[in-house]
Amino acid sequence: MIAHHLPILQIIIPLMSAPFCMFLRHHFWTWALAVVISWLSLVMSIGLLLQVLDQGVLIYKIGGWAAPWGIEYRIDNLNAFVLVIVSVIAAVVMPYARMSVNKEIPRDRAYLFYAMMLLCMTGLLGITITGDAFNLFVFLEISSLSSYVLISMGRDRQGLTAAYRYLMLGSLGATFYIIGVGMMYMMTGTLNITDLAALIPAVADTRTIQAALAFLTVGLCLKLALFPLHMWLPNAYTYAPSVVTVFLAATATKVSVYALIRVIFTIFGGVDILDTLQVRDLLMLFAIAGMFAGSAVAIYQVNIKRMLAYSSVAQLGYMVLGIAMANVSGVTAGIIHMFNHALTKGGLFMAMGCVMYVTGSVRLSDMAGLGKRMPLTMAAFVAGGLSLIGMPLSVGFISKWYLIQAALEKGWWPVAVLIVLSSLLAVIYIWRVVEVAYFTPAPEGKDVVTEAPMSMIIPMFVLIGASYYFGIDATTTLDIAHSAAEVLVGGIR
Amino acid sequence: MEFPGITVYWIIIALMMMGFYIVISHQNLIKKLVGLSVFQVSVFLFYITMGKVDGGTAPILAVGIKIYSNPLPHVLILTAIVVGVATTALGLALVVRINDSYGTIEEDEIQAVEDGR
Repeated sequence: MIAHHLPILQIIIPLMSAPFCMFLRHHFWTWALAVVISWLSLVMSIGLLLQVLDQGVLIYKIGGWAAPWGIEYRIDNLNAFVLVIVSVIAAVVMPYARMSVNKEIPRDRAYLFYAMMLLCMTGLLGITITGDAFNLFVFLEISSLSSYVLISMGRDRQGLTAAYRYLMLGSLGATFYIIGVGMMYMMTGTLNITDLAALIPAVADTRTIQAALAFLTVGLCLKLALFPLHMWLPNAYTYAPSVVTVFLAATATKVSVYALIRVIFTIFGGVDILDTLQVRDLLMLFAIAGMFAGSAVAIYQVNIKRMLAYSSVAQLGYMVLGIAMANVSGVTAGIIHMFNHALTKGGLFMAMGCVMYVTGSVRLSDMAGLGKRMPLTMAAFVAGGLSLIGMPLSVGFISKWYLIQAALEKGWWPVAVLIVLSSLLAVIYIWRVVEVAYFTPAPEGKDVVTEAPMSMIIPMFVLIGASYYFGIDATTTLDIAHSAAEVLVGGIR
Repeated sequence: MEFPGITVYWIIIALMMMGFYIVISHQNLIKKLVGLSVFQVSVFLFYITMGKVDGGTAPILAVGIKIYSNPLPHVLILTAIVVGVATTALGLALVVRINDSYGTIEEDEIQAVEDGR
């Protein structure tokens, strides 16, 4: 009986626990609650994934109302997989959060922090699970509003302006998205994603639907920080508390990528919009520009969190590039890179969180000799960096391999060359950190080993370890991504 | 399609662009929020007008009423209005805290403070 209601429990449990934090009002107990909820979420999402893999698409009618009138939650391979990504990251971040939050956020406000984390998680899970275009907007705003609050909670006052700018651009993006949904509703009279997919082909040639597509794409690309719409991201990631950066970098943009996939391949799946409207050329152009611009700007950063943030812009370029290619390998690469990049970037930002915990700074100039001082953390950073570059045996290699394969299948070998070249840029910015941390002597009196607490080290190694585990044995994740991509791309033909 | 089209859409687009322009052009953080609200309100109007059916009345069940407007977009936009209120409230709260820590709410002055340190 419980198994039948899993889709709604996945949302209701974190949603209801957030106000519960407000009653607990104690930094330790709210943290404990957040850990329990995130682990429960993980169990539920894995349960859903197994159920979907076993029985095919799951449909849950909320309140028992049938589809076009009621809201339905519709779970297939793709969103079951994204649910697992979000809840895995949440389950690893929450235990990590305790020490880091104690250090970076005033104790009397910590309970609010955990309440917001739970709400943000609810929003992200909701975007992923829902089968209703308007419901998606509501969850998008739940996750966005809570992430603005989270970003502004850091000690640095620049976090406030970063949060303000994100609020402006994020709201514009979300509003663009509802304009698009409204236009689709005008033409089809439905908000259900499956229903839209069935009705859109008949009206696809109208100006209204084409404008709707433009609004949806631009709105979602703003949320997922596709170059040149990424302006909110670097500051938001740099000045947010470490835990928030880990969580948002690993999940928020990925979920927006998922929403874009839904729009392009499910809602507009019946019409070949990527070709008929030249959306593909635009997306590819911006994706490739982002891959280079993001990496190139990252090389010049002196703040390592900001460097990793720009690297995220580049990595999102790879995901969008895979989507824009719209063949099975390309979309597989896009989907698998969501998972792989979540693990790798989560691990890297966790390493920076540890450095922040011990030294109070993540500037490159303060990292001299850090390889001796924090051997475990820096080892994890190097391992994560290698995965970012795309070294064989790491997950980064798997995604890039598929992406290059997709480009070659299309016969676009220049794109494949560009993918390799932009990966080489990652070597440069990771090397800069390695050089300072390992080959520059530490200042006097700062060469004693002082590691971050185990409760931070272990989650970090879980993510970095996973990014090699799934690099060596990628069959499970690849199978899921591949079958999801086949369904999506199949819709186009 | 004849040139003027439906008047109300022109009004909505004009409002939308005004809001958008304010967001982009102004330095004052409060004015930017005003622009964002105008932008969002234009979308609310867009949804509300979309439900209108020619010659239809309010969607209330009564004897003799055959044609009535579509109530669904109105209900949808109630949700979006709530979201808009929350966004504005949060934005204003951020502006208050920015004013507390920088002593100004002009974007260029904040930038100057950041560059100066």
